[in-house]
Amino acid sequence: MMVADLYALVGVVLFVMGLSALILRSRDLQRILGLNIMGTGVFMLLVTSAHGDGQAADPVPHAMVLTGIVVAVSATAFALALSLARERHK
Amino acid sequence: MPKLIKRCLPVLVGAGAVALGALIAAAWVRTQENGGAMTRAVLEALPDSGVSNPVTAVLLNFRGFDTLLEVAVLMLTLIAVWALDLRLPRTEALPPSPVFSSLLRFSGPLLVVIAGYLLWVGASEPGGAFQAGAVLAGGCLLLRLAGRWNPGARFVRWAVSVGLLVFLLTAIAMPVLTGGLLQYPPASAGMWILLIETAATVSIAAILAALFVAREPEGPRR
Repeated sequence: MMVADLYALVGVVLFVMGLSALILRSRDLQRILGLNIMGTGVFMLLVTSAHGDGQAADPVPHAMVLTGIVVAVSATAFALALSLARERHK
Repeated sequence: MPKLIKRCLPVLVGAGAVALGALIAAAWVRTQENGGAMTRAVLEALPDSGVSNPVTAVLLNFRGFDTLLEVAVLMLTLIAVWALDLRLPRTEALPPSPVFSSLLRFSGPLLVVIAGYLLWVGASEPGGAFQAGAVLAGGCLLLRLAGRWNPGARFVRWAVSVGLLVFLLTAIAMPVLTGGLLQYPPASAGMWILLIETAATVSIAAILAALFVAREPEGPRR
C-alpha cells in the first residue's frame, strides 16, 4: 500500500465520520463540526490526488482546496451565526 | 415501530455512509489511472501567466473567475452575518487585556511583515493573498482584543469591499485590453495579479476579522 493510498483512506474515513455526525447528532455545534470534518476529508482526498509520483504535483486540486478552505470558513461562520441567532429567538 | 427505527438509525446511517465512502474510494482509485494531463497543461501555459508558482497561476490567472466569486462569497457571508443582527456584547467594552497588549508589542509588527512576505512570495513559492490575509486577520484580532483598535464603519466597509472592487474593475477592464474575461496581457500579467492579490489580502483580513467580531460597525448609514 502506498503512502498516498493511506492518505486517501484517511480522507474517506474522515468524510464518512463527518457525514454520520451530520445526520445522527442533534446539536447545531456538533453538526457544524461534522460538516467541517467532512470538508477536511474532501480536502485531504483532493490534495492526495494531486501527487505526481515524484514528478510535479498537479496545481489544480491545490487551488481548489485553497478555494474550498475559504468557502468552508465562511460557511462555518455563517452557520455559527445562524445557530446563535436561533438560540436568541427561542 | 418508531422506536425501532430510532434504534436502527445509527446502524442504517453508518452503513450508508460506509457504502458512500467505498464508492468515493473506488472513484479515487480510478482518477489515479489517468492523472497528469492537467499538470502538463498548467506547466505549459505557466510562462505566460506572469507568476512562476503554478498554484497562484491557477488561482489568479487560469481560473481567476473562481477566485473572483470566492471573494464575493466571503463578502456575502459577512453581509449575511451582519444582517442577522446578533447583538453580541461589544468586544471594545471588555477591559483591555495586558496579556494581549504585551503579545501585540512584539508580534504585531512581525505579523504585518509576515503577511507582506507571504503576499510577495506567492508569485514564486507557496503563499499568496489568502495566507497573507489570514495572518493579517490574526493581527487585527489581537489589536481588537487588546482594546487598541476600534475602526470606524466607513473604514471597515471600504476594507471589506476593496478586494472585490479591484477584482471586478480588472474583470471589466480586461475585455477592453485583451478581449478576454480576466485574461491579462502576458507582459504585465504579474503586475495585475499582484494588484488583485494586494487588494484581496486587505479584504480577506478585514472580512475574517469582521466575521469574528460578528457585529456591524456603527456609523453613518445611507
